[in-house]
Amino acid sequence: MAEAVLSAHGLCKSFGAVQATHDVSIDVRPGEIHAVIGPNGAGKSTLIAQLCGSMASDAGRVELLGRDVTHDTVRRRAQAGLARTFQISALAMEDTVLQNAMLGALGAAGRPWRFLRPALGDQDLRDRAEAALERVGLQDVRAARVAALSHGQRRQLEVALALTLSPKAFIMDEPMAGLGGEGSKLLTDLLSALRADAPILLVEHDMDAVFTLADRISVLVYGQIIETGTVDQIRRSPAVRDAYLGEGA
Amino acid sequence: MIPERWLNLGILAALVAVPIWALVVDEPFIITLVTRAVIFALAAVGLNIALGLGGLVSLGHAVFFGIGGYAMGILAYHAQTFTPLAEWPFPIDGTKSMPVIWLVAVTTSTLAALLIGLLSLRTSGVYFIMITLAFGQMFYYFSISWAQYGGEDGLSIYVRNGFPGLNTLDPIQFFAICFALLCAVLGFNALLARSPFGLALNAARQVPHRVETMGLSPFRLKLVAFVISGAVTGLAGALFADLNRFVSPTMFSWQMSGEIIIFVILGGVARLIGPVIGAAAFVLLEHWLGGLSDYWHIYLGAILLGVVLFARGGIVGLVARAHG
Repeated sequence: MAEAVLSAHGLCKSFGAVQATHDVSIDVRPGEIHAVIGPNGAGKSTLIAQLCGSMASDAGRVELLGRDVTHDTVRRRAQAGLARTFQISALAMEDTVLQNAMLGALGAAGRPWRFLRPALGDQDLRDRAEAALERVGLQDVRAARVAALSHGQRRQLEVALALTLSPKAFIMDEPMAGLGGEGSKLLTDLLSALRADAPILLVEHDMDAVFTLADRISVLVYGQIIETGTVDQIRRSPAVRDAYLGEGA
Repeated sequence: MIPERWLNLGILAALVAVPIWALVVDEPFIITLVTRAVIFALAAVGLNIALGLGGLVSLGHAVFFGIGGYAMGILAYHAQTFTPLAEWPFPIDGTKSMPVIWLVAVTTSTLAALLIGLLSLRTSGVYFIMITLAFGQMFYYFSISWAQYGGEDGLSIYVRNGFPGLNTLDPIQFFAICFALLCAVLGFNALLARSPFGLALNAARQVPHRVETMGLSPFRLKLVAFVISGAVTGLAGALFADLNRFVSPTMFSWQMSGEIIIFVILGGVARLIGPVIGAAAFVLLEHWLGGLSDYWHIYLGAILLGVVLFARGGIVGLVARAHG
């Protein structure tokens, strides 16, 4: 079995008496999409925050490419190759699509401390940003302001920003949120292709997308993973049907 | 609506034309008035780097304005009284040289901005406003109690400081120095806004959590912006003290900080020429309305209300199209 790119071991997080995550262990292996599903309040957002470093864990360990990053900041984890997308698009709305994409390229190149040369004149950054935009199909709107984009295009741009980091692993927080059938299909195809670049930990409520994309699925309920397996295993699991999917799955 | 670039050039041309006209018709007071506007503009351009690009509403920028002023005042005071500034660990004399004074003003403002920024940028929103205000008040009350340099009465300098090759006592030549510095800082600001740093800072203002996930530190970006901003405002403070040949604790007052914010908001936040227009409009209103009534701030308040309510982009936003 290939060594995990991103892994968590025994993650716990409590808010007062509420245990948001309890002894959660999960990993993402090269070339795979590992989906995390579960009902609202199951602890998915907390798990993402713990993996990305925006929330400190009470216990447990996070490793990226075998290196312990548990105590690293969000920024350091990003520099180490952990890219994420947000459930609610977090984009610089006043800026253009290209400027947003260049932000990721800037972070990846680690050179924001240039004060006098125009950012758009840096061909290396620009190439990296434009390549990401082309990959997600936004090259034709690169000069448009993000505020003028459709919701679906903003979701695509979220993915482009993550791509510019040339990541070792993606964490995608409900990338299909708010998308219609066509938008969801477009993003599903995009994510399916992206797994060759880096494995994806996918948190998603759109079960069609999950069942289409996921190589493995973990089911999180009340802060605990109750089952991990392939799509078929999860579909057939009585515990998962009981806790989340229902009999129609 | 006109392209913003044309407006920028037009305003700068007007700032040159008015003093030249005043020189021709022998109205030195008007030259001094425009010089005052240019210096205020420089202070506001400094604040606009933090406020416009970085979204940092600092109510303590008078700290840097005052530090620049006192840097000039103290150095010139020791030079005119022939007393050493310090004797240990080695003798340091005062100076009447503007470039040296500017260097000291910018260096001390930079250090102050670094220290204040390191502490205040750990907060945000209204807490950031309050902590910068608190720093301003600290410096204000310290200067009042600093009897060695005039305390509450301030410090007078008899002769304006010198600049190699120029007669700084000639209003038009002192104006030229201030205007050249304003143009240099505006040029720097324009480059900064388009640079990788400006791009990252602009994003850090809008979506700091996103910037962090891109491997960048919003804190460091904002700190550097705050420091640059403080340094520019400090330079303006040194020029303002030289213009008046006087420095006093009012340069540190929260009213001064408020006025610098007003210049930026009136002209247009994050617009290159906005602070220049705001400062010029303020000085004009101060002069004309101040001649009509002691309560001219009432009219200023009404105008500011109008701008905030109906022209969110300030005067520039009303007349110019961005990115023209």
